[in-house]
Amino acid sequence: MKSDVVSPEGFRCDGRRPNELRRFNCDMGTASGGYAGSGADGAAYVEQGNTRCLVLVFGPKEPSMRSAVLHDRATLSVEFNIASFSSGERKTKLRKDKRLLEMASIIKSTFESVILMSSFPRSEITIQIQILQFDGGSLHTAVNATTLALMNAGIPMEDYVVACSAGFGNGHPILDVNYTEEGMDVPVISLGITPRSGKVILLNLESRLHLDEFEKVVTLARDGCTQMHEILDTAVRSSAEALAR
Amino acid sequence: MSGEQFLSTSERTFVVNALREGIRVDGRGAYEFRGLSIELGGGGFGSAEVLLGKTRVLANVSAEVVRPTANSAEGFVLFNTSFSPMASPAFEAGRLTEEEVLVSRMLEKAVRRSRAIDTEGLCIVAGEKVWSIRVDIHVLDHEGNILDCACIAAISALLHFRRPDVTVEGDQVTIHPMDERNPIPLSIHHIPICISFGFFDKGERVVVDPTHLEEQVQDGDFIVVVNTHRELCTMSKAGGAGLDVARIVQCTEVAAAKAAEVTELIRGALTKSNEIKK
Repeated sequence: MKSDVVSPEGFRCDGRRPNELRRFNCDMGTASGGYAGSGADGAAYVEQGNTRCLVLVFGPKEPSMRSAVLHDRATLSVEFNIASFSSGERKTKLRKDKRLLEMASIIKSTFESVILMSSFPRSEITIQIQILQFDGGSLHTAVNATTLALMNAGIPMEDYVVACSAGFGNGHPILDVNYTEEGMDVPVISLGITPRSGKVILLNLESRLHLDEFEKVVTLARDGCTQMHEILDTAVRSSAEALAR
Repeated sequence: MSGEQFLSTSERTFVVNALREGIRVDGRGAYEFRGLSIELGGGGFGSAEVLLGKTRVLANVSAEVVRPTANSAEGFVLFNTSFSPMASPAFEAGRLTEEEVLVSRMLEKAVRRSRAIDTEGLCIVAGEKVWSIRVDIHVLDHEGNILDCACIAAISALLHFRRPDVTVEGDQVTIHPMDERNPIPLSIHHIPICISFGFFDKGERVVVDPTHLEEQVQDGDFIVVVNTHRELCTMSKAGGAGLDVARIVQCTEVAAAKAAEVTELIRGALTKSNEIKK
């Protein structure tokens, strides 16, 4: 039998309330000496529930390819990877998996509009994203981790990009959807906002959601983003304090 | 891209300034589609040529019997896109561009993930034989908004397609030739229609169905896939100008209305092609 996404008592399968985020944990960067070996200029490790993501930022540096040189701004390249050990079933990665390319392209165009690209003409910024453990919401976890990693690398941005997902299951909008819930065919919106202007710069929906429900779900996702902004801001400030000490 | 034509600054300001006065360069209203013509059956069952303004996309559907992945009782729907250099100097033969990846992923999400096609109905013998439906999308002419045009072409071709009838007796599977038994249409649950929006002036101004010129000038896009039951199938926005939630909700409402219009046109083209067959 198909179980309910939200139980009659108002709990979800992992014991959360519908409008509750998952546990968030993060570690910003090379400052703590964690990923110094890779030579990255910035790094962030983020856990949202059981989804774990590591992002390394390289640059601004000289472009590796001549074709990537733009005379008036930097180029951004994003690599998105899901580790083969990240989910229950071991998957060998296809080299040209369109899903991964699409994810990379979404993240690339999102951050292109937020990073002050014109401050670094003729240079390249590379973002490497690795999903280490997959429990749903890989897009929004990756976006949050990328924001932290870029800040850690000291790359100037107009604003944070904070992202959060929301879904809709048996009559309830639910926040921060996990893998089990995604598997129950819950429509999921991934939303990314720039918190200072409050505007949406990233929006992604897969599977069907009725238009009448849409506004409720999007509003919930926005509230989630606002919560996420506070969490990220605290993390950034405490890591900067540790650095200054 | 090597063959990309660069726009001059004056062309850009011309487009934006015209929009500020509420005029589009080709004289359309902000929420108006270009002329849409759908031609079905030019190449037999499951072929559709769609002309959206000057953007031309050909979709062709074919089916073959394949072995499913481990004990699955579901058939496959595959999309294959080809952006030929003939359509635009920006396309190179044999190279997978980012745009192409996004178009084919969007089609997959719009049609497959939204369960528009009953994949269980494509099963012949569970775990043994299933139909694999392949949709080939050829972009023949690029004058902006390939995605909407490709989506209309794909779904019209799928609606028009007929597969050969199959009978199973024991472990004997017979595929009847089309002249022996009437071929069977696919079972399609709903018709997803893709509507693209372009934004200008930091998200202040919005247009539907941007032309190639407008696409080059725009500050960002927003893609909504919606069907006549007012269900959102896929939405996508990445980067570009930021939008308010209210603006997004407004866009989805516009998209739902547009999708209903486009669906009518597709239905009209289908009845017309059925009448010709009789």
